[in-house]
Amino acid sequence: MTEVRNYTVNFGPQHPAAHGVLRLILELNGEVIEKADPHIGLLHRGTEKLAESKPYNQSIGYMDRLDYISMMANEHGYVLAIEKLLGITPPIRAQYIRVLFDEITRILNHLFWLGAHALDLGAMTVFLYAFREREDLLDCYEAVSGARMHATYYRPGGVYRDLPETMPQYKSSRWHDEKDTAKRNANRMGSLLDFIEDFTNRFPQYVADYETLLTDNRIWKQRTVGIGVVSKERALQLGFTGPMLRGSGVAWDLRKKQPYEVYGELEFDIPIGKTGDTYDRYLVRMEEMRQSNRIIKQCVDWLRKNSGPVMVENYKIAPPKREAMKGEMEGLIHHFKLFTEGYCLPEGEVYAAVEAPKGEFGIYLISDGANKPYRLKIRPPAFVHLSALDEMSRGHMLADVVAIIGTQDIVFGEVDR
Amino acid sequence: MREWLIQNYPEWPILWKVVLPVVTIGIFFTCLLLCVAYLSLLERKVIGYMQVRIGPNRVGPFGLGQPIADVLKLFFKEIIFPKASNFYLFIVAPILAVAPALAVWAVVPLGEKWVFADINIGLLYILTMSSLGVYGILIAGWASNSKYALLATLRSAAQVVSYEIAMGFALVGVVMAANSLNLREIIQAQSGSILHWYMVPLFPLLIVYWISAVAETNRAPFDVVEGESEIVAGHHVEYSGTVFAAFFLAEYANMILVSSVASILFLGGWLSPFQGIPVLETWFQDVPGLIWLVIKICGFLLLFLWFRATFPRFRYDQIMRLGWKVLIPITLIWIFVVGGLQVWKVGPWFT
Repeated sequence: MTEVRNYTVNFGPQHPAAHGVLRLILELNGEVIEKADPHIGLLHRGTEKLAESKPYNQSIGYMDRLDYISMMANEHGYVLAIEKLLGITPPIRAQYIRVLFDEITRILNHLFWLGAHALDLGAMTVFLYAFREREDLLDCYEAVSGARMHATYYRPGGVYRDLPETMPQYKSSRWHDEKDTAKRNANRMGSLLDFIEDFTNRFPQYVADYETLLTDNRIWKQRTVGIGVVSKERALQLGFTGPMLRGSGVAWDLRKKQPYEVYGELEFDIPIGKTGDTYDRYLVRMEEMRQSNRIIKQCVDWLRKNSGPVMVENYKIAPPKREAMKGEMEGLIHHFKLFTEGYCLPEGEVYAAVEAPKGEFGIYLISDGANKPYRLKIRPPAFVHLSALDEMSRGHMLADVVAIIGTQDIVFGEVDR
Repeated sequence: MREWLIQNYPEWPILWKVVLPVVTIGIFFTCLLLCVAYLSLLERKVIGYMQVRIGPNRVGPFGLGQPIADVLKLFFKEIIFPKASNFYLFIVAPILAVAPALAVWAVVPLGEKWVFADINIGLLYILTMSSLGVYGILIAGWASNSKYALLATLRSAAQVVSYEIAMGFALVGVVMAANSLNLREIIQAQSGSILHWYMVPLFPLLIVYWISAVAETNRAPFDVVEGESEIVAGHHVEYSGTVFAAFFLAEYANMILVSSVASILFLGGWLSPFQGIPVLETWFQDVPGLIWLVIKICGFLLLFLWFRATFPRFRYDQIMRLGWKVLIPITLIWIFVVGGLQVWKVGPWFT
């Protein structure tokens, strides 16, 4: 009798469902997974090490590039750590703007996840629908920061600048005549807040559309119900956070449990799952999009009524006004010092975490009193989730691995860092 | 044409025995290939509009030149033979896929007299030829010596075997109702009015046939053999250029084929839907049967595209379950129902 070996398949790094550069060594018995061994590091860029050689502000841009689907949430974790060590709080308006953009980011991320997950399971239309909505939200990013993805909008002490009064508009071209352009610009005539409000009014209908395509679809259910089940206890032991943990039925959300910024004053609910399978996590994320929409609405209302500064007035940390820099000696010196040397943090260490769309995104920062961090450790949620891939996919079939990668919502920017 | 040749050139039997059939077959294949090419464009356009995008619109007006450009591109691409592959089988596989997909058209009647081979076992021939196509996939997966391709082969073997049974049983109902395996006679048995079409008494069989047909052609939501997000492209991972084009051609030709078989067996083929309706029948009596057939085929083809844009993909074992535990029992039961209808001569179909 000859020895029977399992069939080993190299899944990725160039694989349509590998979500970037995941390399998975699968041991298959027929189509059944015996072992799934994720190999990571193909997108390693040494973010933590790079940050050690730069003034604090210059690393904000690197944070965007960690989880490149939820850019501002990563920035938030980083600036929160710096602020905690500096002992400053940003002005209340800046906090609302941050919450507003955190939730926009959450919707961005969940839309991307939904599209990619559905595409992995073969429903490609949802992908394009989700990207239609992402386009609007990326325009919001662009309106405040000038960049559609890597915004670098949050700064220690506030945000880079206040929300703009106008939205960028389309121009007519060979393909879009005047009438068409006017139609496309209809919701862009007012300020950014008007645009966002218009989006929040439309968005629940979009979510309902996605749900029509998927939630009660028998094939979708067959592909997700009972796949990658993680029990409550096991989810806690594995260090899950975010929707992965809530899908297993643990009502843990940093926005509620350790409110940062103005989350304490806002009304929203935390959806939790029951069985901890892929379908539950799908439902949790769909509901989170609706809740984010609710938070955005409240933020827009508040921001309309209240004005004020969006940056602390401390010129050791925040750049002075342009006029001050041009007209006053003091301002010029502050400006020069801030943009060359940066600022120093007091000696000590700090951990700050935000509820990023994928889970707890934490920054552990050690400062030796210099203008750069002594050590910066990033706690990415997806890295933890990926380490449970083997456990979640054992005994399932090859097609289910794809569903499990999708439900973990991993992005290699933050797994490999 | 044939009679005219016989009368005028009686001393040249080669003309009507060889030249004429070859020319007609050539014309037919050209049309079929054009249909395949434009079906791919239609697919991209229709799915494009379903997904709030435009689809190809760069080559020619409305992208009408796109299929031509695609074909040219595929023809000029290098065919890469993986080192570990078996060269002969690697070449044989696409031929085996495409040859039955084209040969099967010999018995498909496009009009009352428009059929190449009006044989008595037409339906059986179709079943045989469409089952042969799977060898192309099997050999392709084996010959490319790639792990993904081999997985596709395993899936394909299981899927085609189980769905062939469901499909065969669905066709048994039609054969029982028409008392013939000849496609022309099956259509003629349905004439009378739209209510005489077999889609009415054999509705469950139509559904079963159609689901199995989608599965047989490896189209979404049963495209586990290709399974883009799981096994990348399945059996044609290693194929490029013309040999890939052969697989592509076979797949789309099969789509058109199963659509026409469905129209012929269940929707009365070339029969007008207004047959037996007093005024409309005279209005539309000059419309050639081919037009009606084409409309019916296009309807089925659009269903293919619609499915693809709407449904997630099944998992391989779920497809098996659907085939064995749902479709085959339904067909078995309905065969008995058809038998009963026939025994008690339920009109207007079984008189």
